[in-house]
Amino acid sequence: MKIYDKPVIVIGVLIFLAIFAFPLWTALGTTPPQPKVELPKDMKECVAPTEYMKSSHMQLLNEWRDSVVRDGNRVWVSHTGKQYNMSLTNECLRCHNEKSKFCDQCHNYVGVVPFCWDCHTYPKEAK
Amino acid sequence: MTFNRRDFLKVAGLSAAVGLGGNAAFELIFPGQVDAAEEMKQSPTELTAKRWGMVIDVKKLTPGLRKTITDACHINHNVPTIEPPKNLKWIWEAPFEHVFTEVEQEYLEEAVKESPMLAMCNHCDNPPCVRVCPTKATFRRADGIVMMDMHRCIGCRFCMAACPYGSRSFNFYDPRKYLPDPVPNTAYPTRTKGVVEKCTFCTERLVTGQLPYCVEAAQGAMLFGDMSDAGSAPRKALRSRFSIRRNPGLGTQPQVYYLV
Repeated sequence: MKIYDKPVIVIGVLIFLAIFAFPLWTALGTTPPQPKVELPKDMKECVAPTEYMKSSHMQLLNEWRDSVVRDGNRVWVSHTGKQYNMSLTNECLRCHNEKSKFCDQCHNYVGVVPFCWDCHTYPKEAK
Repeated sequence: MTFNRRDFLKVAGLSAAVGLGGNAAFELIFPGQVDAAEEMKQSPTELTAKRWGMVIDVKKLTPGLRKTITDACHINHNVPTIEPPKNLKWIWEAPFEHVFTEVEQEYLEEAVKESPMLAMCNHCDNPPCVRVCPTKATFRRADGIVMMDMHRCIGCRFCMAACPYGSRSFNFYDPRKYLPDPVPNTAYPTRTKGVVEKCTFCTERLVTGQLPYCVEAAQGAMLFGDMSDAGSAPRKALRSRFSIRRNPGLGTQPQVYYLV
């Protein structure tokens, strides 16, 4: 197969690829920014194992919501046998008391906007 | 290889036996690990009843007391103050003839007929709002409380059309715009634009063993208790005094009684 003006086209394609891949080669060797989650200092354990909370806290919150609102059951017995009050504002935020240093870190990082805060309140933070 | 009927039946029988006995065997070898140790249960401090109900002693209500009661409810539930007709109300004051549109007693005491009443959700036995809700966002609990699940409400307002008592209010605006920052009661959520809200008989307070805010503020003018228990405070009051209910002819069986 014959390509007319082959050198010009090849160089053009290479230049295009170089520009197109600009975000990739400029970021080579650098580490992307990581979310900085600040954990409560005086507490050792959460309502469920850390790995589970990292991956599935949203499912857990949905289960809590259904249990509290629809079944009227408000006490959570955790994997270690400790009892908790199933409440986002009154229990989760009691330890994780700065939303911007905990919740928002990952949510902003992955670009999700949970609508919890449309209704549920969180402690006021210094701006 | 041939796989005849005889072999098939042997394998099927064995599989069924494993399936039936598997869980029990697991429980024997690893006790308590099949089901997670996590559990959701009722709060030990919770006040429980077969059928919650309320009695309002109309004669004990003074103008000042009516305001105290409505404020206690609205402030603690973060209900914003907005001008009618887009206002929100969980418990409110209204003229007698608006609250009791269907009264059989023609010659009720003048003082009662002329004084404003307190109106609220009646937590009916046959709640029309529950019947029409397309998402089951509003539902009747086992203890008779007609409850709202704000997470499910799609704001269709069928319940507002169905409720014969006007007990439901729609959030035409984001309520936070009409509330101070921080909200009056930070332990209780606000609602969001586009959901319907109403009185919940303070389910969040019953959990901690407390009576509803209005009952606490009413200094004895409102009684709350188990209507199925003949010895409860509201039942005793109903035995000793004449009482009326709102629109009894509709068959909704309201559980808020008025002593007149």
